Amino acid sequence: MVTFILRRMSESFFVLLVMSLLVFAGVYAIGNPVDLLISPEATPQDIERVTQALGLDKPLWAQYFYFLKQVLKGDLGHSFMFGTPAIDLLLSKMPATMELAVAAMLIASAVGIPLGLIAGLKADSWVGKTIMAVSILGFSLPTFWVGLVLIMFFSVELGWLPSSGRGATSLLLGMPVSFLSWEGIRHLFLPALNLALFKLALIIRLTRSGTQESLRQDYVRFARAKGLSESRIIGVHVLKNIMIPIVTVIGLEFGSVIAFSIVTESIFAWPGMGKLLIDSINNLDRPVIVAYLCLIVVFFVFINLAVDLIYATLDPRVRLGESAQ
Amino acid sequence: MKGLDTAQIESSSKRLWLTFAADPVALFGLVLLGLLILLALFAPLVVPQNPYDLAQLNILDGRLPPGSSSFDEKKFYFLGTDDQGRDIYSAIIYGMRISLGVGILSTLGALIGGTTLGLSAAYLGKKFDSLIMRIVDIQLSFPAILIALILLAVFGQGLGKIIIALITVQWAYYARTVRSAALVEMGKEYIEAARSLGLGHLRIIFKHLLPNCVAPLIVVAAVQIAAAIALEATLSFLGLGLPITEPSLGLLISNGYAYLMSGKYWISFYPGLALLIMIVSINLVADRLTDALNPRLQK
Repeated sequence: MVTFILRRMSESFFVLLVMSLLVFAGVYAIGNPVDLLISPEATPQDIERVTQALGLDKPLWAQYFYFLKQVLKGDLGHSFMFGTPAIDLLLSKMPATMELAVAAMLIASAVGIPLGLIAGLKADSWVGKTIMAVSILGFSLPTFWVGLVLIMFFSVELGWLPSSGRGATSLLLGMPVSFLSWEGIRHLFLPALNLALFKLALIIRLTRSGTQESLRQDYVRFARAKGLSESRIIGVHVLKNIMIPIVTVIGLEFGSVIAFSIVTESIFAWPGMGKLLIDSINNLDRPVIVAYLCLIVVFFVFINLAVDLIYATLDPRVRLGESAQ
Repeated sequence: MKGLDTAQIESSSKRLWLTFAADPVALFGLVLLGLLILLALFAPLVVPQNPYDLAQLNILDGRLPPGSSSFDEKKFYFLGTDDQGRDIYSAIIYGMRISLGVGILSTLGALIGGTTLGLSAAYLGKKFDSLIMRIVDIQLSFPAILIALILLAVFGQGLGKIIIALITVQWAYYARTVRSAALVEMGKEYIEAARSLGLGHLRIIFKHLLPNCVAPLIVVAAVQIAAAIALEATLSFLGLGLPITEPSLGLLISNGYAYLMSGKYWISFYPGLALLIMIVSINLVADRLTDALNPRLQK
């Protein structure tokens, strides 16, 4: 177990290093941020002063090592646009992204698991077939276009829900959240739904195939023979067994939901990390881009590790020591 | 010693046709996809105007709703016009051309690159195999959109760059698929026979191993081509994909986004619908292909 975690950690560290090198070197190559920051009337002396202040006059490798040293101190540089530390800027946007991602996952699970169960239990009826047809559509719909259609319908045509921003936030344990006020929920609903649709189809399909598979197993036949009620067989025995892959996927997909929230946040102007990333790419705000990418890589590394561990706990057949071979 | 003889090819293509004929939904997808490809191929012949010839645009026709006639009453815009008076229908057909082209090129690139690396990994084994598979594992633990976004943020936008980004994102799927298929084949006698005959490595890999690993690759390619088109559209929508000179469907949607709030939905909506139809038809075909080519499901 310990060797497994250590091996995964060293691998993750290597990924992080390669990524930071690639991102840093590449981001350095795209345009000169000084041009964007100073007015066209600036004298050459002004330009030089700004370049020096940002450390852009030093050679590339020196900038990278300085950057690495600072990262180890927990400092990912200052945003060129806002002048504040990039990591603080990101962390201030993090609760918004997390809230959106969690809300989306809750919607996707709350709708997807029951629909998948129905589709699995009644695979040959029109109900099951309709659910599967809808899920194929769900796979095919491009997230950003669904977002636009949602805005078109609920915000422009019906005028029921706001199309952008986060609304009023209230503090929960020191973090600003939207879901505690009605106004906040109204703002949260459309983006969360948009992001959820992207995972809904996956959860439906997974639950359906799990259900179909476990219905053929001996323990279900035995439970039936024992005379257990159908609701107990499905609610307890089937559900418990199909939860293993579902939990794994929900965990694994949480990272991709955060990555995909870049799209949703841009459409709904949700003030999270994803929108900050797109804005920063457009403004050539290098430290923020690099900080975002480093943060998300660390995040993914931990999600992958956590999912492996949860999987091992849920399914005793998984032997971590063996899988490490 | 041939990988596939002609009778085998004939019977498998016949079987493929039968699987499509048996499923009306998949057949519909196939016909629709064929139609879209024809429309995209012959774009200049099927549209009323060249949407990017500025001489043919009239600013007085800007933002007309679907079903309007032009200012000079000579033209009819059944899907409306955009802010520059461009016929949306023409723009969609031209956009489809670019979207399909990018999807097909990047899929081909990823297919060739991924297959070569995956086959070599299976054939050479040992260190090379574990190196390639480590990279595949690590890459597949990140969402495709994130990797593509990083690459485009790093190298900037452009037609060539987005194709390279899509290839980089997708090669791993092919490598993993073909490797596992090839590992099964490697244990069979015909490979051993080819080796004992002293055939060259390249010849064994491409003439004997590859033809027997084609079926799973087709399935992956069918699914990935739709994914590539959707990803390109998403990136272009975010302003990180294609430049304004290569207006794919994603860019058309992005262009109309600004007018959505004022109720001028058609500038974004119809290009999005075209994108959706394209992706759905590919997925319907892919779904059927998966069933047809999956040996475990064959009766």
